[in-house]
Amino acid sequence: MITGTPKPIEEILEMIEPYDNIIVAGCFGCVTVCRVGGDKEVQVLSSTLRLAREASGRKIEIKEICLERQCDPEYLEPMRPYVEDYQAVLSIACGAGIQFMAEKFMKTPLLPGINTGFLGVTERQGEWAERCQGCGDCVLHLTGGICPVTRCAKSIFHGPCGGSVNGTCEVAKDIKCGWQLIIDRLKSLDQMENYGKLKPYKGWDASRDGGPRRILREDMI
Amino acid sequence: MKSASNLERVLTAGHFAVTGECGPPRGADPEKVLKKAALVKGNVDVCNVTDNQTSVVRMSSLAGCMLVKQSGIEPLLQMVVRDRNRIALQSDLLGAAALGVHNLLCLSGDHQKFGDDPKAKNVFDIDSIQLIHLVKTMRDEGIFPSGEKLDGVPRFYIGCAVNPFADPFEIRVPRLKLKVDAGADFVQTQCIYNMDKFKLYMEGARKQGLHERVKILAGVTPLKSAGMAKFMNRMVAGIDIPDEVIKRVADEPKEKQAAKGIEICIEQIQELKEMEGIAGVHVMAIEWEEKLNEIVGGAGLLPRPVVEQ
Ligand code: SF4
Ligand code: SF4
Repeated sequence: MITGTPKPIEEILEMIEPYDNIIVAGCFGCVTVCRVGGDKEVQVLSSTLRLAREASGRKIEIKEICLERQCDPEYLEPMRPYVEDYQAVLSIACGAGIQFMAEKFMKTPLLPGINTGFLGVTERQGEWAERCQGCGDCVLHLTGGICPVTRCAKSIFHGPCGGSVNGTCEVAKDIKCGWQLIIDRLKSLDQMENYGKLKPYKGWDASRDGGPRRILREDMI
Repeated sequence: MKSASNLERVLTAGHFAVTGECGPPRGADPEKVLKKAALVKGNVDVCNVTDNQTSVVRMSSLAGCMLVKQSGIEPLLQMVVRDRNRIALQSDLLGAAALGVHNLLCLSGDHQKFGDDPKAKNVFDIDSIQLIHLVKTMRDEGIFPSGEKLDGVPRFYIGCAVNPFADPFEIRVPRLKLKVDAGADFVQTQCIYNMDKFKLYMEGARKQGLHERVKILAGVTPLKSAGMAKFMNRMVAGIDIPDEVIKRVADEPKEKQAAKGIEICIEQIQELKEMEGIAGVHVMAIEWEEKLNEIVGGAGLLPRPVVEQ
C-alpha cells in the first residue's frame, strides 16, 4: 500500500489561513488502511481545525467527505456539483489522489494534508516499512524475494557493502542491511549461485528517471 | 602492461608494494595537499587521494591528484559512485586519464548521512563492482559500456577496496571474487587489526585462487592512542580492533601510546609481508603523514624500488 504521515497541524493551519470554508477530503484506499487519511481521520482533523480556528477568532466552515478512491475519475465526479462552493480542498489522500483531484477541478486550490511516504507493508499494528520503489523492472526472482533497490540504502546490486555489521545497515542501527536479508534468503532457498553472478547495470529508464511513467493496456481501452 | 601505472610496474616486477593516502582539505588551499604530499613522497609507490570520504565535502579527488602529481608522486584517484551517475563517472574518468592519472580505486562511498549534508540526494546509478566493469570495458575493449567507440582509451590500473571485517563474513571472499571477475587488478583492504580473522579471509581467498588473479594490498592504520582505538572500534562500521591490541596501547602511559601504535603497525606489516598472497601494504596514516617514513622505513620497505617503463 501507499503509506503516509499526517502533516503537522501548524503547517495545515498556515495553509488554510486564507480560507473561510473548505472541504476536507479523505480516501477509503491505502490511506485508510494505514490510518492517515480515512473517514475517521477526516473527522478528527476537521474538528481540530475548527477548534483551532475558533480559538483564533476566525471560524472556518468545513465539509467532511471521504471518497471511495481519489485516484479514480468516477469517484471524483460526484464532487463536481458542490466543489466550487468551497474556497479550497484539503485532501488527506496520497499525493496521486490529491493531484488527480487538482487536475479535475481547475478552479479550486488543493492542499495536501499528509506527507505521502512509500510503498510498504504493515509490519505490525502501528508500524509500516518500505518494500518497493516501483523501479519498473523487478528483480526479486534473483535476490531471494528481497528488493536490493529499496532495502539497501545504496541500492547496490552486489552487496553487502563494507558497512554491514551484524545484520544492520551502516545508515542506522534500526535499519536491517538489505543485503544480509538477501543472502539469508538465498541461502535458505539454496540459490547462492545467484549471488556469484555479475548483474547488468540497472536500467533506471524504467523507473522515474525515464520521466513520468504511463501504462497503456490496449485490451482494456 | 595493462596500464601506465607505477604500481602495476612495481607489482609486476615482484616487489612488495607500498601505497599511502592523502586526504584533500576542506577548502581550496592547495598548500594543504602539497604539505601532506611532501611527507608522503619517497615512501610510497602511489598515493591514494580520497573522494569526499565519510561524505564530508572536500577538495575534489582529481584536483588533489593533480597536486600530488605536481609534487612528484604518482596519484591514485579514488572514485565513489555515491555522487555521480554513469555519465559523470565516464566523463571524469576520461578527464583523469587525460591529465595523467593511471591508478583508480572504485568505491561505493559512505552514505551521505555521515557527512554535513545528510539531506543530499544520492546517486548510486551503478554500484562499485559495475564501475570496475565499466572502466575495464573502456580500457580493454576501447568502447563505452553503451557500445560507442572511444576516441583515446584511458589506461587505468583498476583497483577496488574490500572490508574483510564487515558482515556476513562468509560472503566476503565471494564478494572479492565478484570484484575480480568484474576486472579488478588490485585491491586495498580496510585497516587490519584482527589478524586471526584476516588470516581466515586470506585462506578463503587462496582456496579460490584469487591471490593469483588480483594483487592484494593489506591495509594498516597506526593507532595514535587507546582512545582513538576505542572510538574507531565503536563508531566506524566495519572496523574490528581486538581487545588485546587496544590493551597493548592502553597499557602504555599516554605519552608513549603513539610510539606503541607505530610499533604495532610495523609488526603488522612484517607479519603481512610473510603472508602468502599479500602483494603489498596500504598504509593509511590518516592526518599523521609525518609518521609514514618511520613506519615504512621501520618495516624495511625503503627505499622504494624504481622500475623503468
Ligand atoms: S526490484 Fe523494483 S519493482 Fe521489484 S520490489 Fe524492487 S523496486 Fe519494486
Ligand atoms: S549496509 Fe547493507 S543495506 Fe546498508 S548500504 Fe550497505 S549493503 Fe546496503
